[in-house]
Amino acid sequence: MTTTSVSKGCFVFKPSAKKKKKTLSLDNSEIRFKLCQDLWHKIRADTEVLQDELNRKILDSLLDFTRKCSSTRQHSDWASQMRASEIPTAALVLGVNVPDHDMTFQSLSELLQQSVTPHVASVQAKECGALKHLMKRVLERLMDTVVTVDDEEEEETEQTSTQLHKSVHCSLSTLCDWYNAKTMKSKTGTPGKKRSSPVRDDPQQPPVVIIFKDLEAFNPKVLQDFILICSRYVERLPLMFIFGIATSPSTIQHMLPHSVSSLLCIELFQSLSCTQHLATVIDKLILTPQFPFKLNGKVMQVLMSIFLYHDFSVRNFIKGVQLALLEHFHSQPLSVLCCKKKEALLNVMQLSHHDLESIRHLLSFRRYVEKQEPQEQLNLFRDDTHLKEVCQKLIKDLRKYHKNYYPVLRCLHTLTSSLPRYPLGKQVRELHLICLEKNVWENEDYQTAMKLLKMLAKDELIASLQRCVEILQPVKSKKMKKALVELEELLTLLEMNESRRAKKLSPFEVLRNEALEFIDGLVKSHLSPPESQTLNEVCYYSSSATVRRHLNATPRTSIQAALSSPYYYLQSLKTEDGTVSNAAPDICIAYKLHLECGRLINLYDWLEAYATVVSAAEGNNPDSDNVRKVEEVKHARFIQAVSELEFLGFIKSTKQKTDHVARLTWGGC
Amino acid sequence: MAALLQHAGYEEERLLRVAQQMPCREVQAGMLLSLMGQPQQYSYPSIFIYGHRASGKSHVMHVLLKELELPHATVSCVECVSVALLFEQVLLSFFGCDAASLLPRSPSLSDFVRIYRQQCSQSPAKQTRYIVMEKAELLRDTDANLLPALLRLQELVEDNVTIILLSEIVWDKFRPNTGCFEPLLLHFPDYSKGELQQILSQDRHPSYTAEFYSSYINILLGVFYSVCRDLRELRHLAALNFSKFCEPLAEGKVKETDTHKLWRNIEPHLKKAMQTVYLREVSSLQWEQMQQMEEKESGALRGLSAHTHVELPYYSKFLLIAAYLASYNPARTDKRFFLKVDRFNFTPKNLLNHLLGPKPFPLDRLLAIFYSVVDNRVAPTASIFSQISSLVTLQLLTQVSHDDQLDAPKYKCAVSMDFICAISRTVNFDIVKYLYDFL
Repeated sequence: MTTTSVSKGCFVFKPSAKKKKKTLSLDNSEIRFKLCQDLWHKIRADTEVLQDELNRKILDSLLDFTRKCSSTRQHSDWASQMRASEIPTAALVLGVNVPDHDMTFQSLSELLQQSVTPHVASVQAKECGALKHLMKRVLERLMDTVVTVDDEEEEETEQTSTQLHKSVHCSLSTLCDWYNAKTMKSKTGTPGKKRSSPVRDDPQQPPVVIIFKDLEAFNPKVLQDFILICSRYVERLPLMFIFGIATSPSTIQHMLPHSVSSLLCIELFQSLSCTQHLATVIDKLILTPQFPFKLNGKVMQVLMSIFLYHDFSVRNFIKGVQLALLEHFHSQPLSVLCCKKKEALLNVMQLSHHDLESIRHLLSFRRYVEKQEPQEQLNLFRDDTHLKEVCQKLIKDLRKYHKNYYPVLRCLHTLTSSLPRYPLGKQVRELHLICLEKNVWENEDYQTAMKLLKMLAKDELIASLQRCVEILQPVKSKKMKKALVELEELLTLLEMNESRRAKKLSPFEVLRNEALEFIDGLVKSHLSPPESQTLNEVCYYSSSATVRRHLNATPRTSIQAALSSPYYYLQSLKTEDGTVSNAAPDICIAYKLHLECGRLINLYDWLEAYATVVSAAEGNNPDSDNVRKVEEVKHARFIQAVSELEFLGFIKSTKQKTDHVARLTWGGC
Repeated sequence: MAALLQHAGYEEERLLRVAQQMPCREVQAGMLLSLMGQPQQYSYPSIFIYGHRASGKSHVMHVLLKELELPHATVSCVECVSVALLFEQVLLSFFGCDAASLLPRSPSLSDFVRIYRQQCSQSPAKQTRYIVMEKAELLRDTDANLLPALLRLQELVEDNVTIILLSEIVWDKFRPNTGCFEPLLLHFPDYSKGELQQILSQDRHPSYTAEFYSSYINILLGVFYSVCRDLRELRHLAALNFSKFCEPLAEGKVKETDTHKLWRNIEPHLKKAMQTVYLREVSSLQWEQMQQMEEKESGALRGLSAHTHVELPYYSKFLLIAAYLASYNPARTDKRFFLKVDRFNFTPKNLLNHLLGPKPFPLDRLLAIFYSVVDNRVAPTASIFSQISSLVTLQLLTQVSHDDQLDAPKYKCAVSMDFICAISRTVNFDIVKYLYDFL
């Protein structure tokens, strides 16, 4: 099927009525879509919970800070009176992963509104270019949030908001009056009407919190003036600031002179670093048998490198996982088996003949078949019901593999992560990547790690084995339970024996070797790469190129590809030999011709060549008279193509030679 | 003391109250009073008061106008983002909301004068009305006609009104090119050490004697007077450190009169405060917490400027390094650093480029340097370009050209040498080798 769009993207083709009857697996795609949706919802919910947990500590301390500030305000002791003129300010250092901040601020303002104060306004730099815009935003947000909270007051605040449209009234004294009216009302209001939560410690004087989401991007002058104005009102209005800082707290000092920063009482809050954040997300999302959907080594690598090299954004990482998930369920018909055990076993029985055929074509399945007896091989290829039964068994095996893989991976990580120079990586994700790629025990680093482990002192070894026991304890699989028992036995024996230096191996050393051999055995039986598992294609998404193309777009390469091979996007232009047909768009022809030139291009020669190609395309005899004279339309088309090339940055005008343009790229065709 | 403040138009009692509220400013207040004359008399059209920060300008004006119950409007020029706000506040305090609402959208000066005259014909001034403009130096940035008009507002509105401008800058810096009505100048000199002592001693702690607090202020001034004469700052410092000063007293080790011992106790503490709280490295709240903590623990609390470390994605680091090189190396030396063949030999001038500050560079130069410093092959992806713009929002780079210029934007590197050295260390890049100034 073809499209007329020039842009690269997904196109939806509704299957024609004819096809509907033919394909039996139509409902299959619906199942896949549902599975995909369910899985994604679960992943998203889980990550949100995770993020909340990670932010909890810092958000809690921030909430404490706001509560403390609003309570000290009411204190009348001498010291707090003396510094009542300072505006309490929380400097929240969040790291450079700006896309992730939105979520944090979202939950922060929600929490503040729930438990401390209904008056929270957050502002972004891009909407506050000048002081009056900042002022206006703050007033609007503060007064509007109230509109949404208290319905009965809508009428009154509507009036103020209509006043607000005249920016004349946009001053903090308006806010003061509003605040006073507000607090007076809540004082006199009947308790039934009041919506304040019981947690709020002082409903009479809740602080007014203004959140500056991206401090760095604010115009320093605007910020300074705003703080100066606010400090004039701080006696009447319990103001509080929260600065969202992406780089380092010293930015505050760069932005605000001493005369302004002396008006603030700044407290620092440092959030979790994004690498730690990612490690937790990977730990809970990727390194768990809970989710049937898996990423193979290369896809993981792509996502990791985007994170580490480009953006540090956990949100984007999760988006990447989502993309892989969608692509997997979209492109792999067998992904219908990528779900919970019960469902998967059920879905195996529903597989159509067509699906079973595609199972027979799977690489991993063919490897499996080769190992079977000839009779069994025949059965597998001929008998659909038999194949279904085998598939059920294989699916179960795959599940078992995952159940055992992750605990053993963690065990190996705890043992090796304390070794000098981290032969198998500092983070568990690095070890995971190694294991995904090939047999980890064949790795040189693994050998060195094992050698180093054999030199460990008794207490260190026992401590790390103890941690392994802790990892294995909650695992439910049979093999792991057996391993746990053996490991515990070894551990008790190790603890009983003294380590002594002697020529002959001491009992401790014998045991130590035994323990490590046991670990080695576990690794060899459970940490084989997923590619070796039969039917791994069902669960593992492997198209790293797709992920890279979508997430790490290369505009330059795409433009060049579009110009040099337009048939890649416009299938009507497809020619057998792959060259550009002369019916290609003008710009492609001009581009192709300009590749043949040197650094400077003579415009007239270029035009001539272009005209020849185009007239050939129109079926005119290149030798006939009227073609020799370049038509006006062709001339215009050529000029347009040239200026488009200039716009795309391939050529530029030059003064070195008349009627010439300079090329800005190297290389020919 | 109150003898200085004597004036026919006002009650003795009130003047006494005024005098009590402004210690060490009697001379200036007396001068002001005589300029203002009796309430019903016409006053001089405009008075310009200047003096350093925290020299009592606003305070004196505020106390005078409030205690003597004179009709006045106080406007802070920082707050007036538009002249409309200024006009509105003046009209509001003189004639009430109705007058203020008469102002049209984005009013001009003549609108203001018209409404003022209209209102004042209805309620003519029985006493001189005063308009106090704080931070008047900002008036210089507004419309050129505003300041000259305000200076002769009395004439324009034909009312008994006086403008009082408060500023930290001398009048000479105000005078417009076109000339204007000259206001009366009044200078508020800085407080002397003795005066500071006297003023600071006034806000004593209720549970201690005045002598005790005064001796504390004496010690405080001994430490801080050499670096800071700002009354507001000193008051802040006094409040913060007083609890520490009282500590030995509460423990019963010394008596209130044993000044020497108290001094020995507080002196190192104040020295430390000079390095931290005074520079706002540590907030007042944290300082109080620190005082409650043990000596050992308090070392853990670091000031704001101690946190300079910034974690960046790998390629962002290299982009920043490339930007730094592009900003501090002359473009003609690029060939020398980034071509394999060493064809050029320059005699470097020591640190010249670093003394001159960062220079702007175009995007393609940045990318060219980036691709030659980064160790592996990097595809020119959209992420690389978006990282450049995130570096701009983080204020590590600044965009020199206008936002609208899509074609060849120009940037400057805005990080310090120390910062970039720290960044390059994390990626094992020896930046000094590539800097022209350090060859």
